[in-house]
Amino acid sequence: MSAANNTEHWASRIGVILAVSGSAVGLGNFLRFPGQVAQNGGGAFMIPYFIAFLLLGIPICWAEWTMGRYAGSRGYHSAPGVFGLVSGRPAWRYIGVIGVLIPIVIYMYYVVIESWCLSYAFSYLSGSISLGADPSAYGTESGKFFTATVGAAENGLASHGRVHASVWWWAAVFVINFFLIYHGVAKGIETFCKFAMPVMSLCAIIVLVRVLTLGTPNPEFPERTVLNGLGFMWNPKPPKGSDDWMAALTNADVWLAATGQIFFSLSVGFGIIINYASYLRKDDDVVLSGLTASSTNEFFEVCLGGLITIPAAFVFLGASGAIGGTFGLGFNTLPVVFMYMPGGEFFGFLWFFMLFLAAITSSLSMLQPAIAFLEEALGVGRKTSVLFLGLLTMFGSLFVMYYSEGLVALDTMDFWVGTFLIFILATLQVILFAWVFGTDKGVREAHEGAQMRLPRVFPFVIKYISPIYLLTIFVFWCREKLPDYIQTLTGGGVALYTVGVIGATFALLVVVTARGGNRWRAEHEPI
Amino acid sequence: MTLAGWIFMIGSIAVVVSLLVFCYYNVLCAPDKADHMHGRFDVDTPDLEKKHI
Repeated sequence: MSAANNTEHWASRIGVILAVSGSAVGLGNFLRFPGQVAQNGGGAFMIPYFIAFLLLGIPICWAEWTMGRYAGSRGYHSAPGVFGLVSGRPAWRYIGVIGVLIPIVIYMYYVVIESWCLSYAFSYLSGSISLGADPSAYGTESGKFFTATVGAAENGLASHGRVHASVWWWAAVFVINFFLIYHGVAKGIETFCKFAMPVMSLCAIIVLVRVLTLGTPNPEFPERTVLNGLGFMWNPKPPKGSDDWMAALTNADVWLAATGQIFFSLSVGFGIIINYASYLRKDDDVVLSGLTASSTNEFFEVCLGGLITIPAAFVFLGASGAIGGTFGLGFNTLPVVFMYMPGGEFFGFLWFFMLFLAAITSSLSMLQPAIAFLEEALGVGRKTSVLFLGLLTMFGSLFVMYYSEGLVALDTMDFWVGTFLIFILATLQVILFAWVFGTDKGVREAHEGAQMRLPRVFPFVIKYISPIYLLTIFVFWCREKLPDYIQTLTGGGVALYTVGVIGATFALLVVVTARGGNRWRAEHEPI
Repeated sequence: MTLAGWIFMIGSIAVVVSLLVFCYYNVLCAPDKADHMHGRFDVDTPDLEKKHI
Protein backbone atom coordinates (compact mmCIF):
# COMPACT_ATOMS: atom_id res chain seq x y z
CA MET A 1 0.00 0.00 0.00
CA SER A 2 1.49 3.30 -0.95
CA ALA A 3 1.18 6.39 1.14
CA ALA A 4 -0.85 8.01 -1.54
CA ASN A 5 -3.39 5.22 -1.37
CA ASN A 6 -3.85 5.66 2.36
CA THR A 7 -7.27 7.29 2.45
CA GLU A 8 -7.87 7.26 6.19
CA HIS A 9 -9.62 10.39 7.45
CA TRP A 10 -11.26 11.62 10.61
CA ALA A 11 -14.99 11.01 10.56
CA SER A 12 -15.90 14.33 12.19
CA ARG A 13 -14.38 17.62 13.21
CA ILE A 14 -15.24 17.22 16.88
CA GLY A 15 -13.63 13.78 16.68
CA VAL A 16 -10.23 15.12 15.64
CA ILE A 17 -10.43 17.91 18.25
CA LEU A 18 -11.18 15.40 21.01
CA ALA A 19 -8.45 13.06 19.74
CA VAL A 20 -5.81 15.82 19.72
CA SER A 21 -6.89 17.16 23.11
CA GLY A 22 -7.04 13.59 24.44
CA SER A 23 -3.48 13.17 23.29
CA ALA A 24 -2.45 16.32 25.16
CA VAL A 25 -4.41 15.73 28.38
CA GLY A 26 -2.45 13.33 30.53
CA LEU A 27 -1.09 12.82 34.01
CA GLY A 28 0.83 16.10 33.79
CA ASN A 29 -2.39 18.13 33.72
CA PHE A 30 -3.62 16.74 37.02
CA LEU A 31 -0.39 15.99 38.86
CA ARG A 32 2.50 18.04 37.45
CA PHE A 33 0.76 21.37 36.84
CA PRO A 34 -0.54 21.99 40.41
CA GLY A 35 2.84 21.11 41.91
CA GLN A 36 4.63 23.45 39.51
CA VAL A 37 2.28 26.34 40.36
CA ALA A 38 2.57 25.84 44.12
CA GLN A 39 6.37 25.63 44.02
CA ASN A 40 7.03 28.42 41.52
CA GLY A 41 5.41 31.61 42.71
CA GLY A 42 1.79 30.44 43.16
CA GLY A 43 -0.59 32.63 41.17
CA ALA A 44 2.35 34.66 39.82
CA PHE A 45 3.32 31.51 37.87
CA MET A 46 0.28 32.05 35.65
CA ILE A 47 1.72 35.21 34.04
CA PRO A 48 4.72 33.47 32.38
CA TYR A 49 2.46 30.45 31.86
CA PHE A 50 -0.04 32.34 29.70
CA ILE A 51 2.74 34.25 27.91
CA ALA A 52 4.34 30.92 26.97
CA PHE A 53 0.92 29.65 25.87
CA LEU A 54 0.52 32.60 23.49
CA LEU A 55 4.08 32.85 22.17
CA LEU A 56 5.14 29.22 22.11
CA GLY A 57 2.33 26.73 22.58
CA ILE A 58 -0.29 28.09 20.19
CA PRO A 59 2.08 29.16 17.36
CA ILE A 60 3.90 25.80 17.30
CA CYS A 61 0.58 24.03 17.48
CA TRP A 62 -0.73 25.94 14.45
CA ALA A 63 2.51 25.23 12.56
CA GLU A 64 2.16 21.48 13.25
CA TRP A 65 -1.51 21.37 12.26
CA THR A 66 -0.76 23.25 9.03
CA MET A 67 2.24 21.13 7.98
CA GLY A 68 0.39 17.92 8.86
CA ARG A 69 -2.67 18.72 6.74
CA TYR A 70 -0.50 20.02 3.87
CA ALA A 71 1.48 16.77 3.69
CA GLY A 72 -1.48 14.52 4.49
CA SER A 73 -3.45 15.80 1.51
CA ARG A 74 -0.44 14.79 -0.61
CA GLY A 75 -0.28 11.28 0.84
CA TYR A 76 2.28 11.67 3.66
CA HIS A 77 1.32 10.91 7.24
CA SER A 78 4.58 10.20 9.07
CA ALA A 79 7.07 12.79 10.30
CA PRO A 80 9.86 11.70 7.89
CA GLY A 81 7.47 11.90 4.93
CA VAL A 82 5.99 15.21 6.11
CA PHE A 83 9.39 16.78 6.77
CA GLY A 84 10.71 15.60 3.40
CA LEU A 85 7.73 17.01 1.51
CA VAL A 86 7.51 20.32 3.39
CA SER A 87 11.25 21.02 3.07
CA GLY A 88 11.70 19.59 -0.42
CA ARG A 89 15.00 18.09 0.79
CA PRO A 90 15.54 14.34 1.42
CA ALA A 91 17.90 15.06 4.35
CA TRP A 92 14.93 16.34 6.38
CA ARG A 93 13.42 12.86 6.23
CA TYR A 94 16.18 11.69 8.56
CA ILE A 95 15.52 14.59 10.92
CA GLY A 96 11.89 13.55 10.82
CA VAL A 97 12.89 10.17 12.27
CA ILE A 98 12.98 11.95 15.65
CA GLY A 99 9.24 12.52 15.19
CA VAL A 100 8.70 8.75 15.12
CA LEU A 101 11.30 7.86 17.75
CA ILE A 102 9.75 10.17 20.38
CA PRO A 103 6.24 8.66 20.42
CA ILE A 104 7.57 5.09 20.19
CA VAL A 105 9.98 5.42 23.11
CA ILE A 106 7.56 7.44 25.24
CA TYR A 107 4.93 4.76 24.64
CA MET A 108 7.36 2.13 25.97
CA TYR A 109 7.30 3.64 29.46
CA TYR A 110 4.01 5.53 29.36
CA VAL A 111 2.03 2.31 28.93
CA VAL A 112 3.68 1.06 32.13
CA ILE A 113 2.49 4.13 34.07
CA GLU A 114 -0.93 3.73 32.46
CA SER A 115 -1.11 0.19 33.82
CA TRP A 116 -0.37 1.50 37.34
CA CYS A 117 -3.41 3.81 37.04
CA LEU A 118 -5.67 0.92 36.01
CA SER A 119 -4.23 -1.26 38.74
CA TYR A 120 -4.90 1.44 41.38
CA ALA A 121 -8.43 2.00 40.02
CA PHE A 122 -9.14 -1.72 40.31
CA SER A 123 -7.67 -1.81 43.82
CA TYR A 124 -10.11 0.91 44.91
CA LEU A 125 -13.03 -0.74 43.13
CA SER A 126 -12.36 -4.11 44.73
CA GLY A 127 -11.51 -2.57 48.12
CA SER A 128 -8.12 -4.28 48.15
CA ILE A 129 -6.12 -1.13 48.89
CA SER A 130 -5.46 -0.76 52.58
CA LEU A 131 -2.96 1.48 54.33
CA GLY A 132 -3.55 0.01 57.78
CA ALA A 133 -5.41 1.34 60.82
CA ASP A 134 -2.80 3.79 62.06
CA PRO A 135 -3.23 7.21 60.40
CA SER A 136 0.31 8.21 61.33
CA ALA A 137 1.62 5.33 59.18
CA TYR A 138 -0.56 6.03 56.14
CA GLY A 139 2.27 7.83 54.33
CA THR A 140 4.75 4.98 54.85
CA GLU A 141 2.17 2.34 53.94
CA SER A 142 1.20 4.26 50.80
CA GLY A 143 4.85 4.31 49.72
CA LYS A 144 5.12 0.55 50.37
CA PHE A 145 1.92 -0.11 48.41
CA PHE A 146 3.28 1.86 45.45
CA THR A 147 6.62 0.04 45.52
CA ALA A 148 4.85 -3.32 45.70
CA THR A 149 2.37 -2.40 42.94
CA VAL A 150 4.97 -1.26 40.42
CA GLY A 151 7.71 -3.69 41.46
CA ALA A 152 10.18 -0.89 42.21
CA ALA A 153 11.87 -2.79 45.04
CA GLU A 154 14.05 -4.86 42.75
CA ASN A 155 14.82 -5.52 39.10
CA GLY A 156 13.12 -8.36 37.26
CA LEU A 157 9.66 -9.40 36.14
CA ALA A 158 9.07 -11.99 38.85
CA SER A 159 8.51 -11.84 42.57
CA HIS A 160 8.61 -14.85 44.94
CA GLY A 161 8.94 -17.20 41.96
CA ARG A 162 5.84 -15.87 40.18
CA VAL A 163 5.32 -13.30 37.45
CA HIS A 164 4.82 -9.96 39.18
CA ALA A 165 1.21 -8.68 39.17
CA SER A 166 2.34 -5.44 37.50
CA VAL A 167 3.29 -7.48 34.41
CA TRP A 168 -0.30 -8.77 34.03
CA TRP A 169 -1.71 -5.24 34.36
CA TRP A 170 0.80 -4.00 31.82
CA ALA A 171 -0.13 -6.85 29.42
CA ALA A 172 -3.85 -6.03 29.72
CA VAL A 173 -3.29 -2.34 29.01
CA PHE A 174 -0.87 -3.12 26.18
CA VAL A 175 -3.47 -5.36 24.49
CA ILE A 176 -6.24 -2.73 24.92
CA ASN A 177 -4.04 -0.12 23.24
CA PHE A 178 -3.23 -2.30 20.27
CA PHE A 179 -6.82 -3.53 19.94
CA LEU A 180 -8.00 0.08 19.65
CA ILE A 181 -5.21 1.24 17.36
CA TYR A 182 -5.73 -1.73 15.04
CA HIS A 183 -9.21 -0.41 14.25
CA GLY A 184 -7.73 2.69 12.65
CA VAL A 185 -7.99 6.45 12.97
CA ALA A 186 -11.76 6.92 12.73
CA LYS A 187 -13.07 3.60 14.09
CA GLY A 188 -10.38 3.14 16.73
CA ILE A 189 -8.90 6.38 18.03
CA GLU A 190 -11.77 8.75 17.23
CA THR A 191 -14.55 6.48 18.48
CA PHE A 192 -12.70 5.81 21.72
CA CYS A 193 -11.85 9.49 22.34
CA LYS A 194 -15.47 10.50 21.77
CA PHE A 195 -16.38 8.18 24.64
CA ALA A 196 -13.32 8.68 26.86
CA MET A 197 -13.10 12.48 26.90
CA PRO A 198 -16.65 13.13 28.20
CA VAL A 199 -16.31 10.30 30.75
CA MET A 200 -12.98 11.74 31.89
CA SER A 201 -14.55 15.20 32.27
CA LEU A 202 -17.43 13.74 34.27
CA CYS A 203 -15.11 11.83 36.63
CA ALA A 204 -12.97 14.95 37.14
CA ILE A 205 -15.99 17.16 37.83
CA ILE A 206 -17.40 14.70 40.39
CA VAL A 207 -14.03 14.57 42.20
CA LEU A 208 -13.77 18.38 41.97
CA VAL A 209 -17.19 18.87 43.60
CA ARG A 210 -16.20 16.42 46.35
CA VAL A 211 -12.94 18.27 47.03
CA LEU A 212 -14.50 21.75 47.02
CA THR A 213 -17.18 20.65 49.49
CA LEU A 214 -14.78 19.08 51.99
CA GLY A 215 -14.89 22.15 54.28
CA THR A 216 -12.67 21.61 57.32
CA PRO A 217 -12.63 17.82 57.67
CA ASN A 218 -10.26 17.63 60.64
CA PRO A 219 -11.32 19.80 63.63
CA GLU A 220 -7.86 19.33 65.14
CA PHE A 221 -6.47 21.45 62.32
CA PRO A 222 -8.98 24.30 61.81
CA GLU A 223 -6.59 26.08 59.43
CA ARG A 224 -6.71 23.17 56.95
CA THR A 225 -9.71 24.39 54.98
CA VAL A 226 -10.45 24.07 51.27
CA LEU A 227 -10.10 27.83 50.95
CA ASN A 228 -6.64 27.76 52.51
CA GLY A 229 -5.80 24.82 50.24
CA LEU A 230 -6.74 26.91 47.22
CA GLY A 231 -4.77 29.80 48.70
CA PHE A 232 -1.74 27.53 49.18
CA MET A 233 -1.72 26.98 45.46
CA TRP A 234 -3.01 30.26 44.02
CA ASN A 235 -1.73 32.99 46.39
CA PRO A 236 1.20 34.68 44.64
CA LYS A 237 4.38 33.96 46.58
CA PRO A 238 7.68 35.81 46.61
CA PRO A 239 10.81 33.78 45.79
CA LYS A 240 13.31 33.03 48.55
CA GLY A 241 15.02 36.14 49.85
CA SER A 242 12.28 38.55 48.79
CA ASP A 243 9.07 39.96 50.29
CA ASP A 244 7.45 41.04 47.05
CA TRP A 245 5.68 38.40 44.92
CA MET A 246 6.39 40.49 41.82
CA ALA A 247 10.01 39.40 42.25
CA ALA A 248 8.87 35.93 41.13
CA LEU A 249 8.49 37.39 37.65
CA THR A 250 12.19 38.21 37.53
CA ASN A 251 13.13 34.68 38.60
CA ALA A 252 14.44 32.55 35.70
CA ASP A 253 13.34 29.31 37.41
CA VAL A 254 9.70 30.44 37.42
CA TRP A 255 9.83 31.22 33.68
CA LEU A 256 11.58 27.93 32.97
CA ALA A 257 8.98 25.97 34.93
CA ALA A 258 6.02 27.80 33.34
CA THR A 259 7.33 27.43 29.81
CA GLY A 260 8.22 23.78 30.35
CA GLN A 261 4.73 23.08 31.68
CA ILE A 262 3.00 24.66 28.66
CA PHE A 263 5.40 23.01 26.28
CA PHE A 264 4.98 19.46 27.59
CA SER A 265 1.30 19.83 28.35
CA LEU A 266 0.24 20.76 24.81
CA SER A 267 2.08 17.79 23.25
CA VAL A 268 3.90 20.03 20.79
CA GLY A 269 7.17 18.60 19.49
CA PHE A 270 6.00 14.99 19.96
CA GLY A 271 5.38 14.25 16.27
CA ILE A 272 1.76 13.47 17.16
CA ILE A 273 -0.13 16.59 16.05
CA ILE A 274 1.56 16.47 12.64
CA ASN A 275 0.40 12.89 12.20
CA TYR A 276 -3.16 13.49 13.45
CA ALA A 277 -3.53 16.61 11.27
CA SER A 278 -2.41 14.63 8.22
CA TYR A 279 -5.74 12.76 8.31
CA LEU A 280 -7.68 16.00 7.76
CA ARG A 281 -9.13 16.75 4.35
CA LYS A 282 -7.56 19.51 2.29
CA ASP A 283 -10.26 22.07 3.11
CA ASP A 284 -10.72 21.16 6.78
CA ASP A 285 -10.10 23.99 9.22
CA VAL A 286 -6.83 23.88 11.15
CA VAL A 287 -6.73 27.28 12.86
CA LEU A 288 -9.86 27.06 15.01
CA SER A 289 -9.50 23.30 15.48
CA GLY A 290 -5.93 23.70 16.76
CA LEU A 291 -6.97 26.46 19.14
CA THR A 292 -9.94 24.43 20.37
CA ALA A 293 -7.80 21.36 21.09
CA SER A 294 -5.30 23.54 23.00
CA SER A 295 -8.03 25.28 24.99
CA THR A 296 -9.54 21.89 25.93
CA ASN A 297 -6.16 20.87 27.29
CA GLU A 298 -5.95 24.13 29.26
CA PHE A 299 -9.41 23.54 30.71
CA PHE A 300 -8.37 20.16 32.10
CA GLU A 301 -5.13 21.62 33.40
CA VAL A 302 -6.12 24.97 34.94
CA CYS A 303 -9.81 24.50 35.78
CA LEU A 304 -9.73 20.86 36.93
CA GLY A 305 -6.11 19.97 37.73
CA GLY A 306 -5.60 23.37 39.36
CA LEU A 307 -8.51 22.95 41.77
CA ILE A 308 -8.37 19.28 42.78
CA THR A 309 -4.99 17.88 43.70
CA ILE A 310 -3.34 20.49 45.93
CA PRO A 311 -6.47 21.57 47.88
CA ALA A 312 -7.34 17.88 48.52
CA ALA A 313 -3.85 17.13 49.78
CA PHE A 314 -3.74 20.35 51.84
CA VAL A 315 -6.98 19.83 53.80
CA PHE A 316 -5.92 16.39 55.00
CA LEU A 317 -2.13 16.57 55.11
CA GLY A 318 -1.31 20.27 55.44
CA ALA A 319 1.22 22.30 53.47
CA SER A 320 4.03 19.74 53.74
CA GLY A 321 1.85 16.98 52.26
CA ALA A 322 0.66 19.09 49.36
CA ILE A 323 4.04 19.32 47.67
CA GLY A 324 5.49 16.57 45.56
CA GLY A 325 6.50 15.42 42.11
CA THR A 326 4.15 13.80 39.60
CA PHE A 327 4.52 10.25 40.93
CA GLY A 328 4.84 11.30 44.59
CA LEU A 329 1.67 13.38 44.52
CA GLY A 330 -0.33 10.97 42.39
CA PHE A 331 0.59 7.56 43.72
CA ASN A 332 1.81 8.24 47.28
CA THR A 333 0.03 11.33 48.59
CA LEU A 334 -3.43 11.00 47.04
CA PRO A 335 -4.03 7.43 48.29
CA VAL A 336 -3.45 8.82 51.80
CA VAL A 337 -5.95 11.61 51.05
CA PHE A 338 -8.54 9.03 49.93
CA MET A 339 -8.04 7.12 53.19
CA TYR A 340 -9.16 10.20 55.12
CA MET A 341 -11.84 11.32 52.67
CA PRO A 342 -15.45 10.22 53.30
CA GLY A 343 -16.33 7.82 50.44
CA GLY A 344 -12.62 7.64 49.69
CA GLU A 345 -12.77 4.26 47.93
CA PHE A 346 -15.34 5.50 45.43
CA PHE A 347 -13.53 8.78 44.78
CA GLY A 348 -10.18 6.97 44.64
CA PHE A 349 -11.59 4.70 41.94
CA LEU A 350 -12.99 7.67 39.98
CA TRP A 351 -9.69 9.52 40.26
CA PHE A 352 -7.47 6.69 39.07
CA PHE A 353 -9.93 5.61 36.38
CA MET A 354 -9.88 9.20 35.13
CA LEU A 355 -6.06 9.15 35.12
CA PHE A 356 -6.20 5.86 33.19
CA LEU A 357 -8.49 7.40 30.55
CA ALA A 358 -6.22 10.47 30.36
CA ALA A 359 -3.25 8.17 29.88
CA ILE A 360 -4.80 5.83 27.30
CA THR A 361 -5.99 8.67 25.04
CA SER A 362 -2.36 9.87 25.11
CA SER A 363 -0.76 6.46 24.58
CA LEU A 364 -3.00 5.73 21.58
CA SER A 365 -1.77 8.91 19.98
CA MET A 366 1.81 7.71 20.40
CA LEU A 367 1.21 4.57 18.34
CA GLN A 368 -0.47 6.09 15.28
CA PRO A 369 2.59 8.10 14.03
CA ALA A 370 4.70 4.93 14.06
CA ILE A 371 2.02 2.86 12.32
CA ALA A 372 1.67 5.50 9.60
CA PHE A 373 5.47 5.52 9.25
CA LEU A 374 5.74 1.74 8.83
CA GLU A 375 2.83 1.66 6.37
CA GLU A 376 4.39 4.40 4.28
CA ALA A 377 8.03 3.41 4.44
CA LEU A 378 7.68 -0.36 4.10
CA GLY A 379 4.51 -0.41 2.03
CA VAL A 380 2.86 -2.85 4.42
CA GLY A 381 -0.74 -3.00 5.61
CA ARG A 382 -2.09 -2.03 9.00
CA LYS A 383 -2.01 -5.58 10.37
CA THR A 384 1.70 -6.01 9.61
CA SER A 385 2.65 -2.57 10.90
CA VAL A 386 0.66 -3.12 14.12
CA LEU A 387 2.41 -6.46 14.60
CA PHE A 388 5.85 -4.97 13.94
CA LEU A 389 5.23 -2.03 16.27
CA GLY A 390 3.72 -4.34 18.88
CA LEU A 391 6.90 -6.44 18.99
CA LEU A 392 9.17 -3.39 19.10
CA THR A 393 7.28 -1.60 21.88
CA MET A 394 6.77 -4.84 23.81
CA PHE A 395 10.53 -5.33 23.93
CA GLY A 396 11.10 -1.73 25.08
CA SER A 397 8.29 -1.85 27.60
CA LEU A 398 9.49 -5.14 29.11
CA PHE A 399 12.95 -3.58 29.35
CA VAL A 400 11.47 -0.71 31.39
CA MET A 401 9.59 -3.15 33.61
CA TYR A 402 12.57 -5.45 34.07
CA TYR A 403 14.78 -2.57 35.21
CA SER A 404 12.13 -1.29 37.59
CA GLU A 405 14.36 -0.84 40.63
CA GLY A 406 14.27 2.85 41.45
CA LEU A 407 12.51 3.38 38.09
CA VAL A 408 15.91 4.21 36.55
CA ALA A 409 15.12 2.99 33.00
CA LEU A 410 11.82 4.89 32.98
CA ASP A 411 13.44 8.07 34.28
CA THR A 412 16.30 7.86 31.75
CA MET A 413 13.91 7.44 28.80
CA ASP A 414 11.74 10.28 30.08
CA PHE A 415 14.73 12.60 30.32
CA TRP A 416 16.49 11.90 27.01
CA VAL A 417 13.43 11.31 24.83
CA GLY A 418 10.45 12.71 26.75
CA THR A 419 12.20 16.00 27.45
CA PHE A 420 15.53 16.53 25.63
CA LEU A 421 14.49 15.28 22.17
CA ILE A 422 11.12 17.03 22.37
CA PHE A 423 12.89 20.39 22.73
CA ILE A 424 15.04 19.48 19.72
CA LEU A 425 12.12 18.37 17.55
CA ALA A 426 9.98 21.40 18.43
CA THR A 427 12.84 23.75 17.52
CA LEU A 428 13.44 21.93 14.23
CA GLN A 429 9.72 22.06 13.41
CA VAL A 430 9.61 25.81 13.99
CA ILE A 431 12.65 26.26 11.74
CA LEU A 432 11.11 24.01 9.10
CA PHE A 433 7.80 25.88 9.09
CA ALA A 434 9.05 29.44 9.40
CA TRP A 435 12.39 29.37 7.58
CA VAL A 436 12.22 26.48 5.11
CA PHE A 437 8.53 26.22 4.18
CA GLY A 438 8.20 29.98 4.61
CA THR A 439 5.75 31.95 6.72
CA ASP A 440 3.91 33.42 3.70
CA LYS A 441 3.25 29.99 2.25
CA GLY A 442 2.53 28.62 5.71
CA VAL A 443 -0.08 31.28 6.48
CA ARG A 444 -1.72 30.81 3.06
CA GLU A 445 -1.88 27.07 3.67
CA ALA A 446 -3.29 27.54 7.20
CA HIS A 447 -6.01 29.82 5.84
CA GLU A 448 -7.24 27.17 3.37
CA GLY A 449 -10.67 26.26 4.73
CA ALA A 450 -9.95 28.13 7.97
CA GLN A 451 -12.90 29.29 10.01
CA MET A 452 -10.89 32.08 11.61
CA ARG A 453 -7.77 33.90 10.48
CA LEU A 454 -4.40 33.67 12.13
CA PRO A 455 -3.40 36.81 14.07
CA ARG A 456 -1.41 39.28 11.96
CA VAL A 457 1.50 38.96 14.36
CA PHE A 458 1.73 35.16 13.87
CA PRO A 459 4.42 35.18 11.11
CA PHE A 460 6.69 37.40 13.21
CA VAL A 461 6.14 35.33 16.35
CA ILE A 462 6.75 31.94 14.69
CA LYS A 463 9.77 33.21 12.76
CA TYR A 464 11.61 35.07 15.51
CA ILE A 465 10.01 34.93 18.94
CA SER A 466 9.19 31.21 19.20
CA PRO A 467 12.63 29.88 18.15
CA ILE A 468 14.53 32.39 20.30
CA TYR A 469 12.22 31.69 23.25
CA LEU A 470 12.63 27.92 22.76
CA LEU A 471 16.39 28.05 22.45
CA THR A 472 16.76 30.31 25.48
CA ILE A 473 14.69 28.00 27.64
CA PHE A 474 16.57 24.99 26.23
CA VAL A 475 19.96 26.48 27.15
CA PHE A 476 18.83 27.27 30.71
CA TRP A 477 17.25 23.83 31.03
CA CYS A 478 20.41 22.06 29.78
CA ARG A 479 22.55 24.05 32.19
CA GLU A 480 20.35 22.98 35.07
CA LYS A 481 19.60 19.33 34.24
CA LEU A 482 22.13 17.96 31.76
CA PRO A 483 25.25 17.60 33.97
CA ASP A 484 23.50 15.22 36.41
CA TYR A 485 22.22 12.93 33.66
CA ILE A 486 25.55 12.87 31.83
CA GLN A 487 27.20 12.02 35.14
CA THR A 488 24.74 9.12 35.57
CA LEU A 489 25.56 7.83 32.08
CA THR A 490 29.28 7.81 32.69
CA GLY A 491 28.60 5.51 35.64
CA GLY A 492 27.29 2.85 33.20
CA GLY A 493 24.62 0.40 34.37
CA VAL A 494 20.90 0.62 33.63
CA ALA A 495 20.99 4.26 32.48
CA LEU A 496 23.57 3.37 29.83
CA TYR A 497 21.62 0.28 28.70
CA THR A 498 18.54 2.47 28.36
CA VAL A 499 20.35 4.93 26.12
CA GLY A 500 21.51 1.88 24.14
CA VAL A 501 17.88 0.81 23.63
CA ILE A 502 16.98 4.33 22.47
CA GLY A 503 19.97 4.37 20.11
CA ALA A 504 19.11 0.93 18.67
CA THR A 505 15.50 2.02 18.07
CA PHE A 506 16.73 5.16 16.35
CA ALA A 507 19.09 3.14 14.12
CA LEU A 508 16.25 0.79 13.16
CA LEU A 509 14.03 3.73 12.23
CA VAL A 510 16.82 5.28 10.14
CA VAL A 511 17.15 2.03 8.17
CA VAL A 512 13.38 1.92 7.60
CA THR A 513 13.46 5.57 6.51
CA ALA A 514 16.21 4.84 3.99
CA ARG A 515 14.10 2.04 2.58
CA GLY A 516 11.08 4.32 2.59
CA GLY A 517 13.05 6.93 0.66
CA ASN A 518 13.31 4.57 -2.30
CA ARG A 519 9.56 3.93 -2.20
CA TRP A 520 8.69 7.62 -1.83
CA ARG A 521 10.94 8.53 -4.77
CA ALA A 522 9.31 5.87 -6.92
CA GLU A 523 5.70 6.65 -6.01
CA HIS A 524 5.59 10.39 -5.43
CA GLU A 525 7.08 13.57 -6.64
CA PRO A 526 10.76 13.66 -5.58
CA ILE A 527 11.28 14.92 -2.07
CA MET B 1 -6.72 32.99 50.44
CA THR B 2 -5.57 36.51 49.74
CA LEU B 3 -7.23 38.98 47.38
CA ALA B 4 -4.35 38.53 44.92
CA GLY B 5 -4.86 34.74 45.13
CA TRP B 6 -8.55 35.15 44.27
CA ILE B 7 -7.66 37.44 41.37
CA PHE B 8 -5.13 34.99 39.93
CA MET B 9 -7.38 31.97 40.37
CA ILE B 10 -10.58 33.52 39.02
CA GLY B 11 -8.67 35.40 36.31
CA SER B 12 -6.93 32.24 35.08
CA ILE B 13 -10.11 30.18 35.08
CA ALA B 14 -12.03 33.00 33.37
CA VAL B 15 -9.42 33.28 30.61
CA VAL B 16 -9.44 29.54 29.95
CA VAL B 17 -13.22 29.10 30.14
CA SER B 18 -13.79 32.13 27.86
CA LEU B 19 -11.38 30.72 25.29
CA LEU B 20 -13.00 27.29 25.55
CA VAL B 21 -16.54 28.66 25.14
CA PHE B 22 -15.46 30.84 22.18
CA CYS B 23 -13.82 27.87 20.46
CA TYR B 24 -16.57 25.31 21.03
CA TYR B 25 -19.30 27.84 20.16
CA ASN B 26 -17.64 28.46 16.81
CA VAL B 27 -16.88 24.78 16.19
CA LEU B 28 -20.35 23.49 17.07
CA CYS B 29 -22.40 26.37 15.68
CA ALA B 30 -20.46 26.74 12.44
CA PRO B 31 -22.50 25.74 9.41
CA ASP B 32 -21.60 22.23 8.35
CA LYS B 33 -19.75 21.91 5.08
CA ALA B 34 -22.69 19.92 3.71
CA ASP B 35 -24.83 23.07 4.07
CA HIS B 36 -22.76 24.77 1.39
CA MET B 37 -23.12 21.95 -1.10
CA HIS B 38 -26.01 21.78 -3.46
CA GLY B 39 -27.54 18.82 -5.22
CA ARG B 40 -27.81 19.14 -8.98
CA PHE B 41 -31.58 19.74 -8.82
CA ASP B 42 -31.11 22.65 -6.37
CA VAL B 43 -29.09 24.60 -8.88
CA ASP B 44 -31.28 27.17 -10.59
CA THR B 45 -30.44 27.61 -14.28
CA PRO B 46 -33.14 29.96 -15.67
CA ASP B 47 -31.13 30.79 -18.80
CA LEU B 48 -31.20 27.15 -19.91
CA GLU B 49 -34.90 26.87 -19.21
CA LYS B 50 -35.59 29.91 -21.39
CA LYS B 51 -33.57 28.40 -24.20
CA HIS B 52 -35.74 25.27 -24.18
CA ILE B 53 -38.89 27.35 -24.29
